[in-house]
Amino acid sequence: MADLNKLGIAEARDALRKGDVTSMELTEACLGAIEDAGALSAFVHNTPDIARAQAAAADTRIKSGDAPDMCGIPLGIKDLFCTKGVPSQAASRILEGFKPEYESTITQQLWDAGSVMLGKLNMDEFAMGSSNEMSVYGDVVNPWRRGNDDAPLTPGGSSGGSASAVAADLCLAATGTDTGGSIRQPAAFVGITGLKPTYGRCSRWGVVAFASSLDQAGPMTKSVRDAAIMLGAMAGHDPKDSTSAELAVPDFEAALTGDIRGKKIGIPKEYRMEGMPPEIEQLWADGTAMLKDAGAEIIDISLPHTKYALPAYYVVAPAEASSNLARYDGVRFGHRAKIGHGDGITEMYEKTRAEGFGPEVQRRVMIGTYVLSAGFYDAYYNRARKVRSLIKKDFEDVFAEGVDAILTPATPSAAFGLGEMANADPVQMYLNDVFTVTVNLAGLPGIAVPAGLDKQGLPLGLQLIGRPWEEGDLLNTAYALERAAGFVAKPAKWW
Amino acid sequence: MSIDTATAARVAKLARIAVPQEELPKLADELNGIIAFMEQLNEVDVEGVEPMTSVTPQRLKRREDVVTDGSQQKAVLANAPDAREGFFAVPKVVE
Repeated sequence: MADLNKLGIAEARDALRKGDVTSMELTEACLGAIEDAGALSAFVHNTPDIARAQAAAADTRIKSGDAPDMCGIPLGIKDLFCTKGVPSQAASRILEGFKPEYESTITQQLWDAGSVMLGKLNMDEFAMGSSNEMSVYGDVVNPWRRGNDDAPLTPGGSSGGSASAVAADLCLAATGTDTGGSIRQPAAFVGITGLKPTYGRCSRWGVVAFASSLDQAGPMTKSVRDAAIMLGAMAGHDPKDSTSAELAVPDFEAALTGDIRGKKIGIPKEYRMEGMPPEIEQLWADGTAMLKDAGAEIIDISLPHTKYALPAYYVVAPAEASSNLARYDGVRFGHRAKIGHGDGITEMYEKTRAEGFGPEVQRRVMIGTYVLSAGFYDAYYNRARKVRSLIKKDFEDVFAEGVDAILTPATPSAAFGLGEMANADPVQMYLNDVFTVTVNLAGLPGIAVPAGLDKQGLPLGLQLIGRPWEEGDLLNTAYALERAAGFVAKPAKWW
Repeated sequence: MSIDTATAARVAKLARIAVPQEELPKLADELNGIIAFMEQLNEVDVEGVEPMTSVTPQRLKRREDVVTDGSQQKAVLANAPDAREGFFAVPKVVE
């Protein structure tokens, strides 16, 4: 078989079981592709020795007939996941040299299922960013380009390395994390599938924390079926994460019947933003028509507090980040600044954090510190938490009316150029998350599915939002949309 | 509400991030831009609304109050920038 790195999880699984291919062959194909793709800056810590050892073990297991779906599948892992003995630095200077003594629950589950780790993937520092330009490793480059224009584009963020790696076939799939859209926005920017599960579906243990009430890991894959398979291996209750749900993990792949007849799909009027590019509006209308043709009932709905989701998010997320990132003090792990004569421990903290955190992380930690400080806690933080309750209630109300899923655009634009936002104020960059952030605030599952190309030849995605804990049903609707959209475009290889 | 350079300096101090004096005006500007964006929340009527504490209604689970882990001094200290004699080492704290 040629170009084994181009396979998805489902095809590879079937070929492995039939004996048509070995995990070692898949792994070597990916390692070769990674070697070739330095220009994308997607992989930042390669682990070929681990990969080969895991692939050999997977091949033995497959031969013995005891092979879970993910057995032998080579994956890329976002740098936010702690992987034992392998650098895990959340793309931050402050975690330079950090090699965890433990393995995150999700990656452990993937290795237990027989998956293969190719290496760690670039991202925005501490998952704070929407363009992957906030990384100590440098910018990730999107494998897609605007027609013949060779200006480098962003793969989105924060899971930009994961997105770029999957789209460029450097791995079969990758893990991502999503606090405000960090799986779905990059997935849409590179034309792949990205699923943020219900908050609590996947354990957060061993995933470097950004905003604990919003963070959720999920799969970034080449198809909806692959997302269903990979979620099955990532999900599950974990006593080490007190917010992980004690729910059985259903067979998500079995839910993919493609039959959505009678399903009620909500179209929220508040997502029709002023200044939305006509191509995004068209894509959304096309997606709506596809679901209708597949037998779904389309219902106009209202989510009245949508407009306030981004400002609420930019209070809640930095507040939680300022607490979570207090642990980076130069004492227990990572970087410590050189201190001057007579400097005490406070100067050590201040210099370490000034050197170790990049500008966006510093900004968010300080905003969080401000909104939590005496005198402002009620005005900002508590008010934002109240607005968050209202945003969640908006969704509960439409679900109570019988809506099964909500269709929206995934992003307000196609991928933009690296550096194009350099002079914009931070708030402009935050607007990238306008369609995705509501889902995190309400703890719901959301999926980005590639649905078309814009006139420059760049992929565009649609988002489906589901009821809590009903990822199976959501994936099935996404599967119907994927089949109808028939998106098969791939970036032309230039790297 | 507006953040002046003195407030920016206070926030930086609280966050334990060293910000040079000459960068405080730019920082204050940036923080003001973000705070202005947040002010939109004042348009929302939140009378009688409970602040959200958890997206899924759940009581934090309790467990037996017993030791479940430990005796990993080497692993705990393995990543420390400065560990000596089984301890984390820091600059002098008390004069």
